[in-house]
Amino acid sequence: MISPTEVVDIVLLILLAVTGVAVIRTRNLFAAVMLAGIYSLVSAGLFVVMDAVDVAFTEAAVGAGISTVLMLGTLALVGYQEHEPRHTPLLPLFVVVLTGGILVYGTTDMPPFGHPENPAHQHVAPHYLEESEHEVGHIPNVVTSVLASYRGYDTMGETAVVFTAMVGVLLLLSRGPLPRRVHHNGRWITVRPGTTREELEARMLAESGDEPEPVDGEGARG
Amino acid sequence: MIALGLFNYWAVIVLMMVGFYTLIARGNLVKKLIGLNIFQTSVILMYVSFGKVEGGTAPILIEAAEHGAEAAEPILYSNPIPHVLMLTAIVVGVATLALGLSLVVRIKEAFGTVEEDEIQSASL
Amino acid sequence: MDDRVILRVGAKILIPFILIFALYVQFHGDYGPGGGFQAGVIFAAAFVLYALVFGLGNAIKVLPPKAAYFCGAFGVLLFVGVGYASMALGGEFLNYSVLAHDPTHGQHYGIIGVELGVLITVFGVMVALFYAFAGRRRLDR
Repeated sequence: MISPTEVVDIVLLILLAVTGVAVIRTRNLFAAVMLAGIYSLVSAGLFVVMDAVDVAFTEAAVGAGISTVLMLGTLALVGYQEHEPRHTPLLPLFVVVLTGGILVYGTTDMPPFGHPENPAHQHVAPHYLEESEHEVGHIPNVVTSVLASYRGYDTMGETAVVFTAMVGVLLLLSRGPLPRRVHHNGRWITVRPGTTREELEARMLAESGDEPEPVDGEGARG
Repeated sequence: MIALGLFNYWAVIVLMMVGFYTLIARGNLVKKLIGLNIFQTSVILMYVSFGKVEGGTAPILIEAAEHGAEAAEPILYSNPIPHVLMLTAIVVGVATLALGLSLVVRIKEAFGTVEEDEIQSASL
Repeated sequence: MDDRVILRVGAKILIPFILIFALYVQFHGDYGPGGGFQAGVIFAAAFVLYALVFGLGNAIKVLPPKAAYFCGAFGVLLFVGVGYASMALGGEFLNYSVLAHDPTHGQHYGIIGVELGVLITVFGVMVALFYAFAGRRRLDR
């Protein structure tokens, strides 16, 4: 017999699949980013169904909020339209179906979803649920006491990772774009940042008219 | 939810593969990062499904007095460990996503495009 | 943005409530869903909303980027500092029980300390990331 929670679970999973396929199909990156935000929000709903209220909270704030803002900020810099793919989707499709098949084969050894006797619930989880009241004090939210106290090292590392990511982004984005040297038709030239390939070729064409003919030996080698 | 058997895992694997397909079949770097994001959310879904206990509630302890008449039987809670791990993974995920996006911005400035094949031909 | 009166007034009304809600999420995290990670992101969201509605220049006047970078580093230091404080008082690194006479009180102080560290780091990093992306100019325009 299927309970109402299971119905909600299945409906949300189908919604997620539809959103994911829509992300693949759209060529408009703005739409894709918005659909990714919807994907995060729907998965936050699914986390609530699966009792992970803290995870749902974080996913709704981070996945649907901040990462959408960051992606929109990037789109403003790199453009909103995606090009048609030039190669056939057959090889990626084959790889994906193969990987998915292997993963599904792997799940056949897994214990059933939600069974209280699953191995995952037998190790330290009962200890946290029963003893945190005495060991950590009156903190009803077990997730907080595990996050900050039992697994404080873990959280410290994650905080350091978040800080390091900020340092990396600032290193990449805090200084302006640099000119680059490219090797074109046998010589090195300096190109202003943001130059497209067409502009570069037009410049090469304009310059090659004024250039003297290459010396015999070099021309033969080229 | 035991009635669902392994269905939940399979559905999550399908979502994961949707993200994986976007990652490897699309040439646009922003689209790839969106695919990676979907993949990541699906992995988080997988972990949270491991932590679900049939008939359990969120791991926020209820006092016996508030619990009332049913206090005789113990309250069942879902497993808090996957929640803790995934909570931090989401925040770290957005930080690494930002790092990837800033690389995309630099690539756009250097090559004038974020399409994979055009970058390849622009490197000359 | 000068003509969008509804957005400006709406944002002005919302932002204080967003900040208060972030603090609620932070300090109620022991009793219900919430904690430093979520509160930091919500706190940063208030500044992002301000920057989106009133412009990046005004947002930088309210919270200079250097302050955001400082927050990002200071939170990690606070977290590690709590760990060293418990070491100085005779316990192991990040063993909060020694922070007060009663072990459970010590645990509570320690958790408040590290959650505050997480809040400050996440807030600083999220605002700094937003500034980094929003402050960049597009080249081919």
